[in-house]
Amino acid sequence: MTVTPMHFVIFAAVLFAIGAAGVLLRRSGISILLGIELMLNAANLALVAFGRMHGTLDAQVFVFFVMAVAAAEVAVGLALLVAIFRKLHSIDVDRLNVLRW
Amino acid sequence: MWASVVVTATKLVVVAGSILTGVAIMEWVERRGAAFIQDRLGPNRVGPLGLFQPIVDAIKLLFKEDVTPTNVNKGLYYLAPMISVFVAMVTFIVIPFGAGNDVTIFGAPLGGLIVAPDLGVGILYLLALSALGVYGIVLAGWSSNNKYSLLGGLRSSAQLISYELSMTLAVLGVLLATGSLRLDDVVSHQAAHVWNFIPQFVGFIVFTTAVFAETNRLPFDLAEAETELVAGYHVEYSSMKFAAFLMSEYMNMITASALIVTLFFGGWSFPGMGRFSGWPLLIASVVAFVAKLAFFLWLFVWVRWSLPRFRYDQLMRLGWKGLLPLATLNLVWVGVAMAMRWL
Amino acid sequence: MAAAVFLVVVVVGIVSAVVAMSHRSPVVNVLSLVVTLFCVAASYALLGAEFLAAAQILIYAGAILVLFLFVVMLLNAPEEQRPKEPRPFQRAVGLLLALLAGVGGVAVLIGIEVVAPAARVSGDARAIGRLLVGPYIFAFEFISVVLLAALVGALVLVKRKH
Repeated sequence: MTVTPMHFVIFAAVLFAIGAAGVLLRRSGISILLGIELMLNAANLALVAFGRMHGTLDAQVFVFFVMAVAAAEVAVGLALLVAIFRKLHSIDVDRLNVLRW
Repeated sequence: MWASVVVTATKLVVVAGSILTGVAIMEWVERRGAAFIQDRLGPNRVGPLGLFQPIVDAIKLLFKEDVTPTNVNKGLYYLAPMISVFVAMVTFIVIPFGAGNDVTIFGAPLGGLIVAPDLGVGILYLLALSALGVYGIVLAGWSSNNKYSLLGGLRSSAQLISYELSMTLAVLGVLLATGSLRLDDVVSHQAAHVWNFIPQFVGFIVFTTAVFAETNRLPFDLAEAETELVAGYHVEYSSMKFAAFLMSEYMNMITASALIVTLFFGGWSFPGMGRFSGWPLLIASVVAFVAKLAFFLWLFVWVRWSLPRFRYDQLMRLGWKGLLPLATLNLVWVGVAMAMRWL
Repeated sequence: MAAAVFLVVVVVGIVSAVVAMSHRSPVVNVLSLVVTLFCVAASYALLGAEFLAAAQILIYAGAILVLFLFVVMLLNAPEEQRPKEPRPFQRAVGLLLALLAGVGGVAVLIGIEVVAPAARVSGDARAIGRLLVGPYIFAFEFISVVLLAALVGALVLVKRKH
């Protein structure tokens, strides 16, 4: 078996589905953020594999930007979680059912 | 093919063996050095000058009862010391420790004396892996289910993350001057021009201070502040698991000193190198590297027994308000100097 | 050789991803995701993107997931309890949607006509750096503004009002 970039894209698709399942099924805020990270990583992997197919480096630059945005997203997301935890004493998103406090 | 495999395996064994021996020697140096600085004798009963003391200590630690407290999180509790030792051991492979370029063994060129010469990302690999060391500490602190170890672990992880920034910025100055991520290029660049600590003295000071914090050594050993936290993140560990943390601290010290030497003090290069070649050059360069390494290892011991511990807010202030601007300044200076063709 | 490495990476990656998404303990979730991200980094290395592989470990494993671990410990997040009102319908639909994404994605991908692999491009830091400060200079500068905004936003969100 020779490994082609296509195999990596399929691997990325499976990882994306697992991440999506985590976001849809879990109720803990931390797990949902983790699921989003996994989905972002899967997208990154697909990008790198496609870039490898076409022989360009632009995809890798894109992945670099996605990593930076992911870092920003995590900082804000976790700050939100901490703020929510201080208010509700729980990070269960089911309990986050009020529009204002 | 086979020759290169044998050469690489030999390098690996030699490096791993030297580091482990270095850990034992450092333990002896630390105890005797402390005694010397405090004007007392130190351990001098076992073997000549007490040189066999580390062996006795190791045997003692091996035969101690290995207590696993009842309410710990078992898997993570066992995993934490493994992560610490693993990370400490694998970071050394990108550091060049001698000049072997014109030496051949079994007809195969030796290449630079570096375990992984083909790793193009060089220092980035080292920074990435050493960033993982924080997991060992955090997990040890958390899984022990003890408030002292949890506080020690959290303190130390905050400390590592804060000082990693200034450390990386200081490294960036060196990389900018070299134009390569590979540490053997860093060394040969310094051999051809001038050792980096002269044009980048600020960077050198920032880097050295930051690695003191990264290795959790005094004056920054907040994680194991005996007087306030009992012992910090490893308070619940005993026997060889405790020894694993101790060993990883000393291994990190060796890698950190090797990095200071490689980045700022010319690595294995030494003045008057042009007169040697072949095997004499190889031996002389390794001796030069080890001599510089020994000086910085002694600096670690020296500082430990001379300076008092920082308070936590002082530590954070130094890291964020002192070192980070200085490191940025150094980077700007290197950039300007490169643009003006001074470097 | 490459095939064997790839298989190990895929199996470990998928298993650890499933554990990361399904285990009840948040600490195990985070640590398991570290393993998955390592597998992604290994995939980058296999695809010739050495720099990205190192950056992936440095940024994700070394910084982002440490932050996660930090928050888990700070909040002392408990294991997820069984829900008081289990919503079987929502759970089934969620699982179905995720499965659809996975199966659909794989099906579409298998149907795609594969382009002949282009020449191997080296993903070393020098080439990526030239792209970053060349054609992508505006995005590169702008990302620093995004990071600054996130930094300030995070600080404002967690600041206690006195």
